[in-house]
This record gives sequence, C-alpha cells and structure tokens, in this order.
Amino acid sequence: MPETQAAQTLAVIGAGVMGCGIAALALGSGVRVALLDIDEGKLGQADTKVKRHLKTAQLMSALPAGTVPGELVTTTSASGAADADLVIEAVTELAAVKAAALAAISPVVRPGTPIVSNTSSIPIDELTEAVARPEDFLGTHFMNPPYLIQTVEVIRGRRTGDEALRRLHALLGRLGRTAVTVGDGPGFVTSRVLHPMINDAVRVVEEGTAIPEVVDALFVDCLGHRTGPLRTADLIGLDNLADSLHVLYERTGDAGCAPRPLLLEKIRAGDLGRKSGRGFYDYGGPRS
Amino acid sequence: MTTSTDRSAEPGSAAGAEASLLGFLASRTKKDWDADTDLFASGGLSSLFAMELVVYLEETFDIEIAGADLRLDNFRTVTRMVSLVRRLAGSGSA
Repeated sequence: MPETQAAQTLAVIGAGVMGCGIAALALGSGVRVALLDIDEGKLGQADTKVKRHLKTAQLMSALPAGTVPGELVTTTSASGAADADLVIEAVTELAAVKAAALAAISPVVRPGTPIVSNTSSIPIDELTEAVARPEDFLGTHFMNPPYLIQTVEVIRGRRTGDEALRRLHALLGRLGRTAVTVGDGPGFVTSRVLHPMINDAVRVVEEGTAIPEVVDALFVDCLGHRTGPLRTADLIGLDNLADSLHVLYERTGDAGCAPRPLLLEKIRAGDLGRKSGRGFYDYGGPRS
Repeated sequence: MTTSTDRSAEPGSAAGAEASLLGFLASRTKKDWDADTDLFASGGLSSLFAMELVVYLEETFDIEIAGADLRLDNFRTVTRMVSLVRRLAGSGSA
C-alpha cells in the first residue's frame, strides 16, 4: 500500500496562542501555512508572534537543521483554507465558537481533507455535527508550545475514517511529532487527569497549605515531574485552564473539576499566566 | 520590571551591558546572579526563559539576534550575552 503523503499546505484556523504555535511548528518544518482568523487585529500581530515562536524553536534546537521555512499567508477569509491538504482549527476553547468556525470552514475545503479540531477537552463527537463530512473529522491536543513538545494526543471520534487518521499521522510525522491516538471523551486522557490535579494544586494554595513555589518544588524534586502543576497552569493559560475545567465539570459532574475561586480571581484580575506576564508566577508583565 | 535605566544602557560599554542584564535577571528571578554563572544549569532557569533574554537584549540594545547566533550557549551566562551584544551592536553601527 502506498504511503500516505504528508500535507504540503496546512490551514490553521485561529491566530491565538495555540494557532500561532502550531503554525510556527509547521513553517519551521517547511510546510506552507494559511493562518485564518476573523479578528484582523489578532491576525496583524500573528506574523510577529509566529516569528518569535520560530526564534524560540531555533534557540532550543527544536527545528530540523537546514530546512527552509514554509511560506505564511494570513487572511480573514474562510476561502483561504480552500487549497489546504489538512485543516487544524485552534480557536477559543468554547464548544459553540469551535462549532461556528468548523461550520464556516467545512464547506470550503475539498472532500477527503482532514479537518482537525485542536482542543484540550471538548469531545470530538460533540463537534461532529458542525462539519459536512464526519469521516474527515478528528481531534488533536497539542501541548504548549507545540514545537517543544514531542508527542501529540490525537483523538479519534466515533465517525472518524481511517484515511483522515492516516493523513493526520503523516502530517505529524513530517512535523517531527509522535502521535498517540486515544478514544473520545471529555478531556480525553491528559486533560481528564491533569486539569483536576492542577485544580487541586490551586486548592492547597487557596487553603494556605503551601505557596505555589513549594507545591511545584514537591512535584519536581520529590515526584520527578519536569514542571510543577502551577507553573504548568501558567503555561497553559489560566483562562484556558478554567475553560477546560468548565467543559469537564459540565460533562462529568465531577466536583473536583469546578474551577477553584483563586483561579477565577486571577483570571478576573487579568493574570492569565505566562502569556499576560503574570499568573501564579511573575514573568515581568504589567501589574493589573 | 524594566526600568528607564535599562533602556538607556550603553551597548558599547561592557560594564553597562553587564549591569543592565544583572538588573534584569534580579528583577525577573528575585535573586542575584554572578556574571559567569550558568543560568540554565541544574537548579537554574527554565530554558524557555532564554527567549525572554533574547527579547530583552533586542529591545534594550536595539539589535537583532538571528541565524547562527540563536543558540542557547550564547545566553548561558551574562558574560556571554554581553559579548554577543557588543559584537552585534558593533557590526550594526559599522
């Protein structure tokens, strides 16, 4: 059987943290990227953000040496995805927003083109109704930043076809990533386990048992984790973490998934983690 | 927090660049560093912090760090960063 050819042109929907990170990973691997967003302001900043990601990736020696970066095209028009070989939707982690983006893109792309929703917790089967061809639809959960994390959680929905899965695996292979495919469900594997655990780490800070530095030191130094839960929360983005916890809580009823008051308080104050310059730790951002 | 003193740092002066960088590191990490300490050695800073150093150096000294200069080794100590700044600032004004 011939090998499935990896995509030459990738469309990324959403120029936020994950969209720009995924775009940078693809560009750095020599893949052409069409980056779409309905927000012109966000799109205007995307070029700078993507270049910064590429610099970070180069600094960390995370890109294949000698690869000529792919071309980046930005557009507010859904038709920008028309010639893509694969589409990754990476808009805000809200089911209704994702469904609207998928419904706008689905009619534009060629049949047989995999449409991938990048989500940390929304079940793929819930979003399937938004696309015209469920067999072409599946999910990824890239970790942040995508170009520094080797493995990608891939989610196969109930109606996902074999060919869509093969094509996604081929693209991830070209991007130097390892795909680990799991079944569908709220939070899949990583978020279902990790996010309630981070929420509990917030709880122990809230209850005065330990400060964030101490909580993280225990996970790193006693348990051998590379990063503690609260620094991980800052990297995920506290707003994204709360969105994901809401998704889990609404769908599982697990009280441990209800976002802790301290988490919500930080979000209200604009302290969203590394991306805003402040979260559980200070990254030199403006004091809100 | 970056101060106005940082912004006016003289790239031509190694001592000025070193003081600026040590000040930035102290304010961001809440601890003092020696100019020759390996910042990313065990117990030091996360390697992701290197990118913050790149942005700080580019903005403070009006230089662009690209290509082969984007290596973690160039940011491992304050002394190495000062050498990089002086070389890039020097070639930029030549």
